[in-house]
Amino acid sequence: MTVETKLPYDKEYIEQFSQKRQEPEWMKQLRLQAMEQAKNLPMPEPDKTKITKWNFTQFNHDFGTGEAVSLKELPAEIKDYFDQEQLPENLLIQRNQSVAFASLSEDLKAKGVIFTDIFTALKEHENLVKRYYMKDAVSVDEHRLTALHAALMNGGVFVYVPKNVEVEVPLQVMFWNENPEIAYFNHVLVVADENSSLTYVENYISHNDDEAVANIVTEVIAHNNAKISFGAVDNFAKGTTTYINRRGIAYRDATVDWALGQMNDGNTISENITNLLGDNSNSFAKTVTVGRGKQTQNITAKIVNWGKNSEGNILQHGVMKDQATNIFNGIGRIEHGASGANAQQTSRVLMLSERARGDANPILLIEEDDVMAGHAASVGRVDPLQLYYLMSRGITKAEAERLIIHGFLEPVVSQLPIESVKKQLTQVIERKVY
Amino acid sequence: MAGSTLEIKDLHVSIEDKEILKGVNLTIKGGEFHAIMGPNGTGKSTLASAIMGHPKYEVTQGSILLDGEDVLEMEVDERARAGLFLAMQYPSEISGVTTSDFLRSSINARRGEGNEIPLMKFIKEMDNTLDFLDIDKNMAQRYLNEGFSGGEKKRNEILQLMLMKPEIAILDEIDSGLDIDALKVVSKGINKMRNENFGCLIITHYQRLLNYVTPDYVHVMMQGKVVKSGGPELAKRLEDEGYEWLRDELGIEIVEDEETAEQNA
Repeated sequence: MTVETKLPYDKEYIEQFSQKRQEPEWMKQLRLQAMEQAKNLPMPEPDKTKITKWNFTQFNHDFGTGEAVSLKELPAEIKDYFDQEQLPENLLIQRNQSVAFASLSEDLKAKGVIFTDIFTALKEHENLVKRYYMKDAVSVDEHRLTALHAALMNGGVFVYVPKNVEVEVPLQVMFWNENPEIAYFNHVLVVADENSSLTYVENYISHNDDEAVANIVTEVIAHNNAKISFGAVDNFAKGTTTYINRRGIAYRDATVDWALGQMNDGNTISENITNLLGDNSNSFAKTVTVGRGKQTQNITAKIVNWGKNSEGNILQHGVMKDQATNIFNGIGRIEHGASGANAQQTSRVLMLSERARGDANPILLIEEDDVMAGHAASVGRVDPLQLYYLMSRGITKAEAERLIIHGFLEPVVSQLPIESVKKQLTQVIERKVY
Repeated sequence: MAGSTLEIKDLHVSIEDKEILKGVNLTIKGGEFHAIMGPNGTGKSTLASAIMGHPKYEVTQGSILLDGEDVLEMEVDERARAGLFLAMQYPSEISGVTTSDFLRSSINARRGEGNEIPLMKFIKEMDNTLDFLDIDKNMAQRYLNEGFSGGEKKRNEILQLMLMKPEIAILDEIDSGLDIDALKVVSKGINKMRNENFGCLIITHYQRLLNYVTPDYVHVMMQGKVVKSGGPELAKRLEDEGYEWLRDELGIEIVEDEETAEQNA
């Protein structure tokens, strides 16, 4: 069923938008074609969540710029994401939709590492971007939201690590949205060429309680024997309806690991899919979330094993309070021919209130015989015996609950490679739970 | 008189409407080591759990007083802060919380706000105690009891006991599942605690532990009551002769179903 929807932006708008950014012709054409496709493509249909009334199509897309800032002038809530004693070498701050700060160590520059905003990348590294942008990982025509994203992309980052280069210091990006009305069509493209490695950490921060839309596509590509460790803390405010698609591809012997702290306060559709295309490739996808208020979240983690002896692990932990609803979909799929593959997953939801809703749907789809697969899923309350044990040492009930909840979310917190980001996530959790 | 006094009077305890304890009387004072022995399923662990306030056990009659204060009116955490400690038979596993963080929270909970233990002092005390109990230092950074062997869990309970320094401790089958080396280490820990301010109730199924930790008093529980009390020689006789003579002496029939009731608790 497709309903013709009147979209708020037309061909002319997109042409002007693209021209203003001096984009290459192919990009403009990709946008225009995507806008046409968006009209007829269906919306995505996340399992067990009705999104028909969610607003993904009415928004303000006008380009908002943010002034450049020095790190010292940043507000405290942004500053807290990095170590003040030792400022990060590799940091990019996107304020609203323009770059407010960018640094990359001389050493990495000399080695050919690219770490820049998506518009600069389109100018300076056009061929590289063209080769990967919405090609192998996410397709424009998957559904209306991917098409809308392609048509209206208005920010993001491009990362490229050349062959044999190991990036030891994490690359950190802050997507800082001050403007309460601007839609966020962010595109993040991370490519690690053969035998390379990197750690990338991004933070989304917004403050608006007004209605806004975020439509984010992230493509993460690890070539043969490359290793990408991807960390994120998402913290969109209550008014923002979010579609966030994080897609990984791992070629032969490659690793794509995810540690996602999904701490949005608004309604959220999150899909994190990793395709293990190469033999011996692997992925560990970890996500934690805290739901509060009346927000509804639908969080999918999916790993598809194509390569022989490929290994996929999914861990999803969620804490639900108030009247929040959270659906975890964990999908392990082993394709025909992926002998020796392993697909494992665990999804757990901890309910803190009578009126919260939680659901964990484990799905295993297996087309090959010689494989291993397993799943565990649970939805429950804080274990009274755990509380009893902690309280029997003098710890108050409130503090015991706090310890148990933080412990429950620890798998992702501990995975984040930057100490200050870890601390921030802990604080966000603290704020959301209490 | 030094130390605290725990008085248990006519204690009746039920679990899921089944009465397990049928009138237990016991007084433990600072400086005293008491052992409670008895066949499986006679309510020994129920007594321990009821003193600490396990959520599944319901006290239907009687009282527990700590230095005259009504323990039954206190929440579990208040009992601990008042000076009670229970080394549990089956400690919970708490994922994501390191043993070290838990220990510090526990110690500080007793010390109270504004009187927290300085970090360096804590680390030093913890390290010394880990060494004393022959525990791998890595354990401090592992998640609390998660993936611990049976022996590691028991040592961890004794580690907590030594760091928290309660007034009255109850050790619930601290010796079960321990090999002889671990048993010696655990006993060494308990003996180290012995002083006039510390009272201890040792619940055990076997005489074995009492070869290493000498109790001042031995009590035998059967069918939810203390049926006989004596000195260390009582434990020795039970070890040598079993419980039969006592059953005969007291005219007690063996009721097997209580065992299942307690183990399911």
